[in-house]
Amino acid sequence: MSLFALTIAELREKLRTGEVSAREVTQALLNRIQAVDGKLNAYLWLNPDDALAQAERVDAKSDKLLAGIPIAVKDVLNVDGQPCTCASKILKGYTSVYDAQVITRLKQEGAIILGRTNMDEFAMGSSTENSSWGVTRNPWDLERIPGGSSGGSAACVAGDEAIASLGSDTGGSIRQPAAVTGCVGLKPTYGRVSRYGLVAFASSLDQIGPFTKTVADAATMLRVIAGHDDRDSTSVPRPVPQYSIAGGVKGLRLGLPKEYFIPGMDREVEAAVRAAIRQLGSLGAEIVEISLPHTEYAVAVYYLIATAEASANLARFDGVRYGARVRGEDVIDTYGKTRGAGFGPEVKRRIILGTYALSAGYYDAYYLRAQKVRTLIRQDFEKAFQKCDAIVTPTTAEPAFKIGEKSADPLKMYLCDIFTISCNLAGNCGISVPCGFAGKLPVGLQILGKAFDEETILRVAQAYEQSTDWHKQRPVL
Amino acid sequence: MDFEAVIGLEVHVQLKTRTKIFCGCATDFGAEPNTRVCPVCLGYPGVLPVMNEEAIRKTILAGLMIGCDITRHSKWDRKNYFYPDMPKNYQISQYDLPLCLGGKVGAVGVTRIHLEEDVAKSFHFATNSGVDFNRAGTPLMEIVSEPDMRTPEDAFNYLTALKEILVTGGVSDCDMEKGQLRCDCNVSVRPVGQVTFGEKIEIKNMNSISGVKRALEYEIPRQINALKRGEKLQQETRRWDDDDGKTFLMRTKEYAHDYRYFPEPDLMPVVVDDTMLAEIRRQLPELPEARRHRFVAQYGLPDYDAGVLVANGALANFFEQAAGKNPKAAANWIMTVSEITTTPIQPEHITELVAAIDAGQISGKQGKDVFAEMLAAGKPPALIIKEKGLAQVSDTGAIEAFAEQAIAANPKSVADFRAGNKAALNALVGQVMKLSKGKANPQLVSSVLAKKLQGS
Ligand SMILES: [Zn+2]
Repeated sequence: MSLFALTIAELREKLRTGEVSAREVTQALLNRIQAVDGKLNAYLWLNPDDALAQAERVDAKSDKLLAGIPIAVKDVLNVDGQPCTCASKILKGYTSVYDAQVITRLKQEGAIILGRTNMDEFAMGSSTENSSWGVTRNPWDLERIPGGSSGGSAACVAGDEAIASLGSDTGGSIRQPAAVTGCVGLKPTYGRVSRYGLVAFASSLDQIGPFTKTVADAATMLRVIAGHDDRDSTSVPRPVPQYSIAGGVKGLRLGLPKEYFIPGMDREVEAAVRAAIRQLGSLGAEIVEISLPHTEYAVAVYYLIATAEASANLARFDGVRYGARVRGEDVIDTYGKTRGAGFGPEVKRRIILGTYALSAGYYDAYYLRAQKVRTLIRQDFEKAFQKCDAIVTPTTAEPAFKIGEKSADPLKMYLCDIFTISCNLAGNCGISVPCGFAGKLPVGLQILGKAFDEETILRVAQAYEQSTDWHKQRPVL
Repeated sequence: MDFEAVIGLEVHVQLKTRTKIFCGCATDFGAEPNTRVCPVCLGYPGVLPVMNEEAIRKTILAGLMIGCDITRHSKWDRKNYFYPDMPKNYQISQYDLPLCLGGKVGAVGVTRIHLEEDVAKSFHFATNSGVDFNRAGTPLMEIVSEPDMRTPEDAFNYLTALKEILVTGGVSDCDMEKGQLRCDCNVSVRPVGQVTFGEKIEIKNMNSISGVKRALEYEIPRQINALKRGEKLQQETRRWDDDDGKTFLMRTKEYAHDYRYFPEPDLMPVVVDDTMLAEIRRQLPELPEARRHRFVAQYGLPDYDAGVLVANGALANFFEQAAGKNPKAAANWIMTVSEITTTPIQPEHITELVAAIDAGQISGKQGKDVFAEMLAAGKPPALIIKEKGLAQVSDTGAIEAFAEQAIAANPKSVADFRAGNKAALNALVGQVMKLSKGKANPQLVSSVLAKKLQGS
């Protein structure tokens, strides 16, 4: 099997024993990118010389968790000396001056930072069509979207252009693209991974997480990036467990929320997810009916809170200190021209939505109300987790759609995250694992866990993955 | 019709912390532009704030000194507005749950005290502008008063007292030259006897306590005259120009900002528990008012001396160490020291100087010379007295010997004295002083001479 197609675990074994070198692995991936990224457009930025130089420096025979493993990062994470555009014209020409905490951790564990991946501008979108630098294509069907906003990070793993990658998940931006490209995507609990160096979209919802080819690799990545960071006050000072994923599902209670199987959902997707849940039952899990009654409000709540926070978070992009600047008559005019030219339509739409939701006279009706419903959604999960150890749902209601299909209707696009958003609002953890196909398009099973109980969802995901062959299916490129 | 003014003040005070409020950059003043900056205080993409706990503690200390209630669960909010001096285009501040609520400075009520980050400083040149971000992120405390003041003097006295409290507590140096204390003022006028307030006019850009007084001395008559002319005042923001001595319209109510406050998601709420509060209480210094009373009662100082000493916390501390057995005399010397924090004089040297004079070892006049030398060289008074050979001869035996010599050599003066001319004694004293080369204690000399002449 080609080196680029291997997992972290498989490669670590070969690197540790000296069977292959970090340079060979890196070169294999660079060749693969050269061969297929013209079709996928997963990468926004690559520096082959730098990647090879990192490979030369690393001691791949060491016991470090990621020694010699090439990893791609979403263009929203700061890596010292690299560009970081968030797929936006407004950050064109900007070079990061520091490493995000997750990058520091990857480097400490010997990873090779391979390149930067495409995304929806400022992580706003579900298809990667909102990138200022062109769409990324789904490796399973080049006419279709790879999901979003971390579409590049999903496509590069699904297309064997990276061994693993990092994305960010604000309302499903890891799990949804993982589902529609057939890889594993993990959103850790809010506060589990430091957000320092992640360009903020919605600060109370954002969380960094990995895309991998297997559940075991996701657990390895989480071990590396999790943990308290003094520079992120919202990161929680809890010890990082070993994330042992063996043990199976026997005796575990898995909750099936009735609100997550909706009319109009794709029938093949529903069938694949229901089959996966039956499979978990046959592996010894007890499937229990649960209810998350405030689910129907999640999308509305999300688009008020996330846009409100974004309206402030994106205010700093004004052309004064860094990034692109379009000169105007005076400072106010310069702000207008810079932001007018720098932001794309979806980003502008959300800034205006958020600004409106926070405005005098509307704050109570929108932002404050949304916060109250967010509390109810969190309580839904707390109640549900008294009855079960984890919750199983579809990750998306349909498989990857065609490029351009939903571009004209932002509301339709917002509904892509209908099953993933509640988890961010509640602050819990969630994972999507491949669970079959709708036609030739991958389908994802979502497993949601209690706050800081990544171990349980990884265990469920591992048991399921090991009992199927879905994760071994690769797209033909 | 007589009018009166109603005045409320919003005072911004930079806290005396080593580092900025959300990053590790130094807060020192006067560095080259943009050399006390990092990605956090420049608002770079992806950075997060980390709370400087010292800033919270200093704000709570200020609140306790002013008699505020300390909010046990307070939080941070984002205040949104675009301006080049604001790196993130929002300011992290406190909106509805400030750290301190209520309180009083003299007769003036304090509504609230909250903590926020200071902004950068803009400079305007001939063809462009520049921003120095060194100041951006300095911890800034905003103290909002009730509209309890009526005259420019009220405002002046409030600010002076407030400054005194904050300096005493080590909360801020309140150095106005360095912009550590800045003030916005809300002022309205109304006919005397009217209960409701007039149209509130905000004045910005006053950078000294006397500047506030000058601004109000201009603004109050301006508003009263406008009303007398039959004009209608409207809510607006004005800018004080200290050079012109006038206020100018900045913006009217329609252009007021909507700051769109909302809770800061990047910071955890502040929980002030009993332990923390008790720790801060232990640091509470004596308030100036109480200290003045104590100086009068404990040391027997006149009100004036107590006032002068307490107005400068360092001077008062120095005094307490130097007071010794004659506090009034110690205070007299200390009040002449202009730079108490940099003077080479040690408090115990003042105690020694006062004791030397009181014991008659040196004269009061000699004391002044010794003090001048102490100020210049920082030597202990005993050493100076010895080096200069200033010690008075108070040895009765030696003086008696000189006295007998003088009596023997001046029979005329002796006769005059015995004949009732008391002034004749002075001539004899002068002789003794001459014989002792000026070192004899003059009081002792006269008493020895008098005893000898009357006794024999
Ligand atoms: Zn800084």
